[in-house]
Amino acid sequence: MITRAELREIFANGIWKQNSSLAQTLGLCPLLAVTTTLVNGAMLSLATLLVTALSGFSVSCLRKFIPHEIRMPIFIMIAATLVTIVDQCMASWLSEIHNVLGIFIPLIITNCIVFARIEAFAAKNGPIQSFFDGISMGIGMLWTLVVLGGLRELLGSGTLFSGVESIIPSLSGLRVFGDDYPGAIFFVLPPGAFILLAFMIAAKNALSSRRSDVSVHPVESAARQAMDTSR
Amino acid sequence: MIPAENEVARALATPSDIPVRVALRSAVILAIFTAISTLLLAVSHTLTRPVMEASLRAKRMRAIEEILPHGIYDNDLVSDVLRLDADPSSALNVPSVFYRGRRNGAPAVLVVETSARGGYGGPIGLLIGIRADGTLLGVRVTEHRETPGLGDYIDPKKDKNRKNPWIAQFGGLSFGARPESEWKVRKDGGSFDFIAGATVSPRAIVRAVRDTLKFVAERHETLYGVPEKDPVTALSHSSQGDTP
Repeated sequence: MITRAELREIFANGIWKQNSSLAQTLGLCPLLAVTTTLVNGAMLSLATLLVTALSGFSVSCLRKFIPHEIRMPIFIMIAATLVTIVDQCMASWLSEIHNVLGIFIPLIITNCIVFARIEAFAAKNGPIQSFFDGISMGIGMLWTLVVLGGLRELLGSGTLFSGVESIIPSLSGLRVFGDDYPGAIFFVLPPGAFILLAFMIAAKNALSSRRSDVSVHPVESAARQAMDTSR
Repeated sequence: MIPAENEVARALATPSDIPVRVALRSAVILAIFTAISTLLLAVSHTLTRPVMEASLRAKRMRAIEEILPHGIYDNDLVSDVLRLDADPSSALNVPSVFYRGRRNGAPAVLVVETSARGGYGGPIGLLIGIRADGTLLGVRVTEHRETPGLGDYIDPKKDKNRKNPWIAQFGGLSFGARPESEWKVRKDGGSFDFIAGATVSPRAIVRAVRDTLKFVAERHETLYGVPEKDPVTALSHSSQGDTP
């Protein structure tokens, strides 16, 4: 079914090597819009994880029946159907979480990472591999957005975990810098997100190049890798 | 898996090169996928709709209870509803829903579900509670897309001033309590506070609250009196007499 080496490779790719936000730089539009707080970033990532995993699994199961020349409309239809069903089920049975996530769920379909993984991975690999690929891409997005959202929230409003009470009522957000922190609007607005994201990409590149000591530029090699798999 | 060469050629071919047989096969497969998706969505919609409506109703009820003191009405408020479409000739030019609270059958309170135009991120959904004597019980933002950390202080949950949030300044006011020219934020020469750097959102809300109060003050009796049956037409007929 799936070997341990395969699993390790899939998770290394999703979480670090081909991290959707830091290496493939896909789905930046929802990323910039949503990472104003740590909790928002985490919630969007979790909802996306669910969709990448489910859409990868279903496309992989159906891949033998999908003709090459009309694969795009069919992929879009499968992903959109899944997003809608997830949205409806959450609105009915998890209405508290849906109140918080409601605006993010339609955003998932605009995230290129969903189609990128369907096209580059699920259309060519087995259902179990594709399911785990979706999960690993989601985890990669999760940690990136948590760090980015946390930094923006901390610098922009001086808080952390604000909004957590709408998911777990017994917890509440932290005021890290006290009530007098004036806030830095720059980090709340999209330009601040762009600049922080650039720092995170730079840090990742520095770490990867030190680790593997490759002469190729890390972003280029990641891009080439992504193109190789999608070809 | 690399697609076979003939497949690549087929994908690159101009439409006239594709054999009718292949095009027809694609069409049929696409139609089958569409039919299955539609079926799945229809099933999930049918299964989830009743549950979704019940939870929406409960959510609305919770928001209403937040601004109304306990025991101010004794009827089933969320069922005693009046819906109005946008009407350019009246003060309230947005589609609104009026929940009519009565106590022992007499008018007690109106809860207006309306929206403020001109928010920074689009319309701002509002819930406005008004006593039968015209005084405001409170205003709550139900839905907004104002800039997080900047304009979102209109929502008391996001307001940094926890003890005395911005939205609380509406409590106890009525349309007659302040001259119409003062229903503006201070920056525009009115008497309402705002937080420097974010004027757009409070400006939109002050205007919407003013318009709603004015509308309610003008046709108070009509709003409570219209029977639920076909309320929209009933109101427009009776209001023709009020405003010559």
